[in-house]
Amino acid sequence: MARSVSTRRKLITTLAAWAIGIAIFFPILWTILTSFKTEAAAIADPPVWFNFHWTLDNYVTVQERSNYFRHFMNSVIISGGSTLLGLIIAVPAAWSMAFVPAKRTKDVLMWMLSTKMLPPVGVLVPIYLLFRDLGLLDTRIGLVIVLTLINLPIIVWMLYTYFKEIPGEILEAARMDGASLRSEIIHVLTPMAIPGMASTVLLNIILAWNEAFWTLNLTAAKAAPLTAFIASYSSPEGLFYAKLSAASTMAIAPILIMGWFSQKQLVRGLTFGAVK
Amino acid sequence: MATKHSRMSARLMISPAVLLLLGWMLIPLSMTLYFSFLRYNLLMPGMEEFTGLTNYRYFLTDPAFFAALWNTIALVVGVLVVTVIGGILLALLLDQPFFGQGIVRILVIAPFFVMPTVSALVWKNMFMNPVNGLFAHAAKALGLQPFDFLSAAPLGSIIGIVSWQWLPFATLILLTALQSLDQEQLEAAEMDGAPWIKRFFYIMLPHLARAITVVILIQTIFLLSVFAEILVTTNGGPGTASTNLTYLIYMQSLLQFDVGGGSAGGVVAIILANIVAIFLMRMIGKNLDA
Amino acid sequence: MGRITLDKVRKAFGDIEVIPPLDLTIEDGEFVVFVGPSGCGKSTLLRLIAGLEDVSGGQIRIDREDATNLPPAKRGLAMVFQSYALYPHMSVRKNIAFPMKMAGLPQDEQERRIEGAAKALNLTDYLDRKPGQLSGGQRQRVAIGRAIVREPAAFLFDEPLSNLDAALRVGMRLEISELHKRLATTMIYVTHDQVEAMTMADKIVVLRAGNIEQVGSPLELYNRPRNVFVAGFIGSPKMNLITGAEAAKHGATTIGIRPEHLAISTEGGAWKGEIGVSEHLGSDTFFHVTVDGWDEPLTVRASGEVSLSYGDTVWLTPNEANLHRFDAEGLRIA
Repeated sequence: MARSVSTRRKLITTLAAWAIGIAIFFPILWTILTSFKTEAAAIADPPVWFNFHWTLDNYVTVQERSNYFRHFMNSVIISGGSTLLGLIIAVPAAWSMAFVPAKRTKDVLMWMLSTKMLPPVGVLVPIYLLFRDLGLLDTRIGLVIVLTLINLPIIVWMLYTYFKEIPGEILEAARMDGASLRSEIIHVLTPMAIPGMASTVLLNIILAWNEAFWTLNLTAAKAAPLTAFIASYSSPEGLFYAKLSAASTMAIAPILIMGWFSQKQLVRGLTFGAVK
Repeated sequence: MATKHSRMSARLMISPAVLLLLGWMLIPLSMTLYFSFLRYNLLMPGMEEFTGLTNYRYFLTDPAFFAALWNTIALVVGVLVVTVIGGILLALLLDQPFFGQGIVRILVIAPFFVMPTVSALVWKNMFMNPVNGLFAHAAKALGLQPFDFLSAAPLGSIIGIVSWQWLPFATLILLTALQSLDQEQLEAAEMDGAPWIKRFFYIMLPHLARAITVVILIQTIFLLSVFAEILVTTNGGPGTASTNLTYLIYMQSLLQFDVGGGSAGGVVAIILANIVAIFLMRMIGKNLDA
Repeated sequence: MGRITLDKVRKAFGDIEVIPPLDLTIEDGEFVVFVGPSGCGKSTLLRLIAGLEDVSGGQIRIDREDATNLPPAKRGLAMVFQSYALYPHMSVRKNIAFPMKMAGLPQDEQERRIEGAAKALNLTDYLDRKPGQLSGGQRQRVAIGRAIVREPAAFLFDEPLSNLDAALRVGMRLEISELHKRLATTMIYVTHDQVEAMTMADKIVVLRAGNIEQVGSPLELYNRPRNVFVAGFIGSPKMNLITGAEAAKHGATTIGIRPEHLAISTEGGAWKGEIGVSEHLGSDTFFHVTVDGWDEPLTVRASGEVSLSYGDTVWLTPNEANLHRFDAEGLRIA
């Protein structure tokens, strides 16, 4: 493997890769830049790149006019709540499927996955009506329930593949060493499972944060998370690019950072372990 | 590990997840199926009556259905073509040694983490807007007439936006698969005198086949349900030019309050999605054994 | 004390019986090796003794007490696994301390035993490392250390050396034998490698398809294999097994002669043949000789360096005293 790549070739690849990388990232970069401009600078022709008057006014305005913080908290509660609830339900299920496999374990897993294939629009009407009758429309708890159920198969699957990687011999060793089931779980299983659980949590927060079918259809003003809040910018009122950018930047920044940390797990989680 | 006691408690631990998902699947599904045989409009409560297959007849003969079906297929296929081909090329490039690999990778992956409503609005306003968008500025700078993307080519524009969101996913998965390729295989092929292009077609591409299939199937599942991007950019218009099946059913159910018709559409959507799902499940099922 | 008795112990997975009813007694302080080809049930047998699998029938007694339904932790046994099964998130010290922590031993006693085990196993400098930072041999030693500190009634080893390279394996083999001499605790050792079995065991149990083929000391098995299977399995290189007319001449269906019990000569002897491949080890030379009219070549050992080349004609003469005879069922004819 000790073959050196010619510096010239490496430089050309570097140039090409950076050019494409920046091009793909450009819309995000432009949004972030625009969020610091005045509205006039935001639509200036020719566009201004860096030499404009940097201002935080847009962020202040977005918060003041539309109570951005409440929608942000809605997103946090909905994505965090649904992930936590999902984890509580999924950990025991994945644990037993990984360590006490039965004949039908595989079928159960496949069936769980198949619920994920159900197009949401196919059950839009009944869910909408059920929510209306149960008073869950435009409530955070309603969305937490729906997103938990939607992401439950992915959580179970990811945890299952991580648990599967903990060698059975280690648990047997713990049993031989005199550990009770309780101390086996506390001292051996949990510390070994934590990295996998962390990436499961991370990916599910991302998925729930960006979910934009149920959040749009089941909320109005009160419980709307950022996905729905941003959608309200689709009907423009005067000069609004800079404010749209500010709101967008705030909406995507936390998840962009989390996402970068979870790159590797992302592949595994989204392909249900088919690609690692 | 397989003692009777542990088997009992195992079943107990799985049941909450199974029961919840069973409920989540069966209750709304049977309601959708039931509603699809009713004449049921939210604006006329108390007038529900059984109408047999009428809803299906109306839904399936509605010209909007054919437009939506066509748009759905065009959207799915269009995005797949762009992301798979683009993803392979990008993965090949990013697999080469170059300076700043980590950073470029982060840049390329970023769009996947942008919520659909944000990416749709940013593209719609700041890039595709015929007056103030960057593309319009660029066109004017080159002395061309600005192009009104979302009015003149609504579906194409949406394909573009959605492709931008999904290209990172395809790239990331194909790159992961490419990196798992045994280097010795490539070296053996090189020793056998295969030039780069042959190594690509005879070794890399077959190795990627499985990852490509996974990308196609998973993206298809998500792309059949594209909704937010249409809602905030074109509202399905002009006319039905960018209405897909999901959006059509949404309009029928929640904008026209036609529960019966919307449910019939929902059943049709479920059937279509299941055709794709069967293939996907087989792929993943095979992997479970391996 | 560590006397282990298996009384009609049976194991079935569903309809498949992997171990038919089996009796075995392991005396206190004995080093017993279970050996056999893969899939012969030797690991399953060990796991039944450990309590990691439930028996389908029969009784397991440890020091006269019925242990059949005791959980693994209560049997007072320690096990060293093939994959070492070290806890990856704990330091070496914590790994070794784990069973004592579970047993609730006082802190100073724990420390004392850890120091002792570490010194005995050359691990003193590595106590604060994680298993991931150790070599294969060191991990193996940590696994053994974790077993020693429990002061168990018996040690169970499940193919502990199969993940090590050849040179390390020889070294660890000696260390384990040494350990047994020092502790004089019962050890049950599972392997598919008959060399390990021969060199380490006080008593070898040869298993095939869940059945015990023979139990005995290494030399008993070498000198008086009970049947063709044991004859072919014990000894390296393998015993030459000859069937047909030549066997009938000796009043048997199969005769066996070990490579070291064949004399080779260029002048004359019992069987005429032609030299094929020869393997020169320095101390010994092994020739593969095709005897005229026989399908299978015979392996012959010659002491030291013998210069015969490919294609040379030679005569082989078996040492009649060391000729093994087997009947149509494959059983030894006395």
